[in-house]
Amino acid sequence: MNFEFSDEQQLLREQARGFLTEHCPTSAVRAVLDGDQDWDAALWQKVAEMGWTATVIPEAYGGLGLSYYELAIIAEEMGRSAAPLPFSSSVYLASEAIQRFGNEAQKSAWLPRLASGECVATVAMAERAGRLALEQLETRRGGSQLSGTKVPVADASVAEVAVVLARSDAGLEACLVPLQQAGVSVEPVLTFDTSRGHSSVTFDGAEAEVLGETTLNPEDWESLLDGAAVLLAWEQLGLAETALTQARDYALQRFAFGRAIGSYQAIKHKLANMYVKNTLARSNAYYGVWALSGGSDELPLAAATARVAAIQASTYAAEENIQTHGGMGFTWEFDCHFYLRRAKLLSLAIGSEAVWQDRLVSALAAQSAAA
Amino acid sequence: MDFNDTPEEARFREEASSWLAENAPTDDAFRALSPLEQAKVWQKRKYDAGWACIGWAPDFGGRGASAIEEVIWRQEESQYDLPANFFLIGQGMIGPTLMAWASDEDKARFLPQLASGEEVWCQLFSEPAGGSDLAALRTRAERDGDDWVINGQKIWTSGAHYSDYGVIVVRTDPTVPKHKGLSYFYIDMKAPGVEIKPIKQLTGDSDFNEVYFTDVRVSDSQRLGEVGQGWQVSLTTLMNERAAIGGSFGQMDVSLAMSVAAEVEIDGRPAMEDAAVRARIADWYVQEAGLKYTGYRSLTALSRGALPGPENSIGKLVGAPKMQAMSSYLMDLLGASGAIADEALAAKAGIIQRAYMGAPGLRIAGGTDEIMANIIAERVLGLPQEPRLDKGIPFNEVPTG
Repeated sequence: MNFEFSDEQQLLREQARGFLTEHCPTSAVRAVLDGDQDWDAALWQKVAEMGWTATVIPEAYGGLGLSYYELAIIAEEMGRSAAPLPFSSSVYLASEAIQRFGNEAQKSAWLPRLASGECVATVAMAERAGRLALEQLETRRGGSQLSGTKVPVADASVAEVAVVLARSDAGLEACLVPLQQAGVSVEPVLTFDTSRGHSSVTFDGAEAEVLGETTLNPEDWESLLDGAAVLLAWEQLGLAETALTQARDYALQRFAFGRAIGSYQAIKHKLANMYVKNTLARSNAYYGVWALSGGSDELPLAAATARVAAIQASTYAAEENIQTHGGMGFTWEFDCHFYLRRAKLLSLAIGSEAVWQDRLVSALAAQSAAA
Repeated sequence: MDFNDTPEEARFREEASSWLAENAPTDDAFRALSPLEQAKVWQKRKYDAGWACIGWAPDFGGRGASAIEEVIWRQEESQYDLPANFFLIGQGMIGPTLMAWASDEDKARFLPQLASGEEVWCQLFSEPAGGSDLAALRTRAERDGDDWVINGQKIWTSGAHYSDYGVIVVRTDPTVPKHKGLSYFYIDMKAPGVEIKPIKQLTGDSDFNEVYFTDVRVSDSQRLGEVGQGWQVSLTTLMNERAAIGGSFGQMDVSLAMSVAAEVEIDGRPAMEDAAVRARIADWYVQEAGLKYTGYRSLTALSRGALPGPENSIGKLVGAPKMQAMSSYLMDLLGASGAIADEALAAKAGIIQRAYMGAPGLRIAGGTDEIMANIIAERVLGLPQEPRLDKGIPFNEVPTG
């Protein structure tokens, strides 16, 4: 039995944590949340220099060719620091989509620049409220031209290119669309987490090329989302751990009625519940990254389990961290709200809890039918 | 990461599984025995071949196996339907206590007999006035020459009626604060003055007993630890308790839930297709898989010769409420027929109803949900204890309500 990260991977964790503690303190998150910027561009530059954007991109395309274990570790640390970066959009989703679905020319054109961090990419999926239905997408491609509106699109304002989910007469497609062109307008959309920029992106005859020059099998898109679900789960686990640590530290230092509030069972049990949910989420995230890394048949089940567990752990920890802080937790001045925003934001990306609960049960039924 | 054994572990697993294949009893004569007799026959067979209490030193009847080997052995043995519960408390909790605190003479006398299953032990800790607050126990022992005389009552004693020996913690000095006035003994359960009364549980079963002590004489040589050191000795026993109770929640797992949801209908469609039902099943699977993979992380630590981290402390706190919630919800899906417990008529032969009625006991035994949450908060997260109003006060001056 070896269900643990290797010593080298543990070293990477220490290095990543040390780096982000130094370069992404909560003041850096606050600066983006409060300011006009949609990201911390200087931090992105440093993260790229560390090679994190290149982690799983193959060496042939300028990447480091490491495993998803390494990327999961970085994802957790990104979450722990609530880094105001387009990391999930560019690394877990867009780079993965190009790597999986692109043809040789597309991979050679984009992956080296994504690996170096010189280029940021995102993925545009949602069009309207409700669950994403791949058969009903209204964004259409005809010839080399794309039309339609995607909203909200995370990180579009800082991205050079987007992978846009669309339909043509042939069927479902992932289109590669440079965003700085005449046929594309990117308008800011206010979300509850302004430490990550979001936009409404309208394509009006925009130049687009189809990834892999062929239609996309919906199962392949689902598989891409499975991978992203695992990595987002690690990032949300990081958020949940920070929220628990903040709640614990505050419960030790804040006194009421002559004693630390952390000595009251009402608070202790709340924090114990956070610990329980975080532990379940962590163990399920291990299972997820194991399945992702080895290309296991169990990935659909493992990914859905990791995502549901991480959504539950991170939103609970973020909500109850504020509750533990009382009125101070409700202020803009305290940092508690960063984790509430980000935990919920990531819970809404790539399909929310109910979508993944449903996928989990489908995968479970499929797996037991196959057994 | 991988789920494979190391070469040494694989060799050990092979040795264990071949011995089990040759020796695990499945014959009708064995099945005709009572569960206790079956357990004793099987335990003795294991003992004679060196497969009993394998983590114990050879002098005590074991083979000095490592923690990961003990896990592998349990995994292999659990593939056979063999009774084991009768020895859990004795071998899991009391054995380690005797090793730590008993005289060499007593260790040599009792441990091999405990390992072989020839003698069964029970644990006499809880009292009507001392459950979660165990140290508030009132059963007293008074010195009389070379003996002590015990009077009082214990409760929730599993297996007292078939046990040969028991360990008991009693109050030997009520004039000092509660933790300081306790002493720990082992006793002969057949001694004069020991009276055992089964407790009928809300399930209708009787797994536990009340045990009354009326002028029961115990030799001072049966004391473990110093007079007044009973609390420390008790902690040795309790540290091994959660390991002994384990994470078994019967057959109430997600595959059972899937099976029920496939069989019953909601508005003419299988319940399995209902979004609300699917959300519940997903949540239970998150808990079930989370505990399973938490176990794998602990096994990894054991496999490397390290101690598992605190993550293992969540098992009962997650598993017992899950068993209650799942059995309750599955009965809801069954509708009015969910009330049927008759094995011949009930869905799944009544195991859902039995689980629902048994779950409240699991949420209490071996540390209530609330105590488990306190343990996590205090020992893992480092939060302070609640202030204790009885702290530093002589036991006989503490308010008792």
